[in-house]
Amino acid sequence: MRRVYLDHAATTPVHPEVVEVMRHYMLQDWGNPSSIHSFGREARAGVDEARAKVAALIGADPEEIVFTGGGTEADNMAIKGTAWELRNKGDHIITSAVEHHAVLHTVEWLEKQGFRATYLPVDEYGMVDPGDVERAITSSTILVSIMAANNEVGTVQPVAEIARICREKGVRFHTDAVQAVGQLPIDVHALGVDLLSLSAHKIYGPKGVGVLYVRRGVRLTPLLHGGAHERKRRAGTEGVPGIVGLGKAAELARLQFDQRVEHYRRVRDLLWERIRERVPEVRLNGHPTERLPNNLNLSVLYVEGESMLLNLDMKGIAASSGSACTSGSLEPSHVLLAMGIPHEVAHGSLRMTVGVSTTEEDTAYVGESLGEIVDRLRAMSPLWNARVR
Amino acid sequence: MYSQKVMEHFTNPRNVGEIPDPDGVGTVGNPVCGDLMKITIRVKDNRIEDIKFLTFGCGAAIATSSMVTELVKGKTLEEAMQVTNRAVAEALDGLPPIKMHCSNLAADALHEAIKDYLSRNDGRKAAGETYEGAPGDREVDERGGGSR
Repeated sequence: MRRVYLDHAATTPVHPEVVEVMRHYMLQDWGNPSSIHSFGREARAGVDEARAKVAALIGADPEEIVFTGGGTEADNMAIKGTAWELRNKGDHIITSAVEHHAVLHTVEWLEKQGFRATYLPVDEYGMVDPGDVERAITSSTILVSIMAANNEVGTVQPVAEIARICREKGVRFHTDAVQAVGQLPIDVHALGVDLLSLSAHKIYGPKGVGVLYVRRGVRLTPLLHGGAHERKRRAGTEGVPGIVGLGKAAELARLQFDQRVEHYRRVRDLLWERIRERVPEVRLNGHPTERLPNNLNLSVLYVEGESMLLNLDMKGIAASSGSACTSGSLEPSHVLLAMGIPHEVAHGSLRMTVGVSTTEEDTAYVGESLGEIVDRLRAMSPLWNARVR
Repeated sequence: MYSQKVMEHFTNPRNVGEIPDPDGVGTVGNPVCGDLMKITIRVKDNRIEDIKFLTFGCGAAIATSSMVTELVKGKTLEEAMQVTNRAVAEALDGLPPIKMHCSNLAADALHEAIKDYLSRNDGRKAAGETYEGAPGDREVDERGGGSR
């Protein structure tokens, strides 16, 4: 059976060149980078090289790169690390209603510790208004954290403008760029951010490794205490295979940036076209233009998301949904609800995120398959039957 | 995540549709919650002669709807009233815990359809007899007295 993976926002396959590098650092240069002997020095060289490659991808200096156990840890380090470091200066954190749970639940936890938080609303496209950020900042604000691009609907936030406001007000600014890296030109100096999170497995690297960019001069209280690794910012022996894998993935993301983005945009647009041709009454969720090139998020009216996913899976197609049934809770996606999308429309949402291996033939197959599935489910839906009557 | 039986009913649901001019209709859930089920029945000699469902919902919602129609087709109304949501889930070899609560409503929809049938019949009787119906029954009277 044909298999089409359209869930690259969840994770990506590891690039064969990445696997090769990782293999080398498991079978050949497997030493502990902190060791003084040649085994250690070989491993250290690999970590240093990876650090330089990640720095090059985002326009940072290598010493501003802190390797973490993934995007979630990077977000936690940025937010909790700032909260503890600056708790004598203030107690207020600003974020948005559409952040990833790695940010939202971290801020909510800090609220339980006595910090205060503002969750900024978004417009119908999922976008934060920089003016809202400006108005929300008070003398006790110590951190603003707004994602670079949304993981569900792909909406790109006006991060550079928000960063400028924060800089003027003297407030530290963090952005979760886990989805944006590799899809948007990210330059930490052009953006003007203090802290930026990224993850390897979204850019054809391995799982379990990420980075927090920490602008020079920005101090954080560490999450992990122990050895002096990562300039005392993150204790624990470096996960060398993962780190060198991320380094290679970052290098490929930089060198192949233009061709990848062009490819994503082309097949994503084709996919949307094929679906619209075949399926009546679908609507696009998110911004029509200010969105990640690989992201398509749509709602199929009168049908529930999980039942579409199960049917797509039976046809070898992998996608995701913001329906309650797939969130493990009784509520549909907090992102779609924050955008003012009605519950019943959110339940019928589908996210399809293309990747380097997605082909034009895939888009035709998915359009036709989804059409058959929706026809069948709508024939079964009391809402559709009430509507066509 | 789902049992083979759930997937089998989800893939090949039994008794999909709507009985025209049914003897009883039961609707439970609502689209805001992500699940809506409508069951229509045809009753003959106190037995469920035919039953069909329409469901908007997840895999569990569709599979439980299908299973409940299969469980009660041909059964007496009393037997059908004994079928619980839990029994439907068990007949499907179980459901994931979160689905037990949110998407396991098919037996409720069936019971609503049977109650609808019973109240319609009471309603018809009431037209000829001195019957003091509950407020809800008057609606049935109006329906029964109109096009029927």
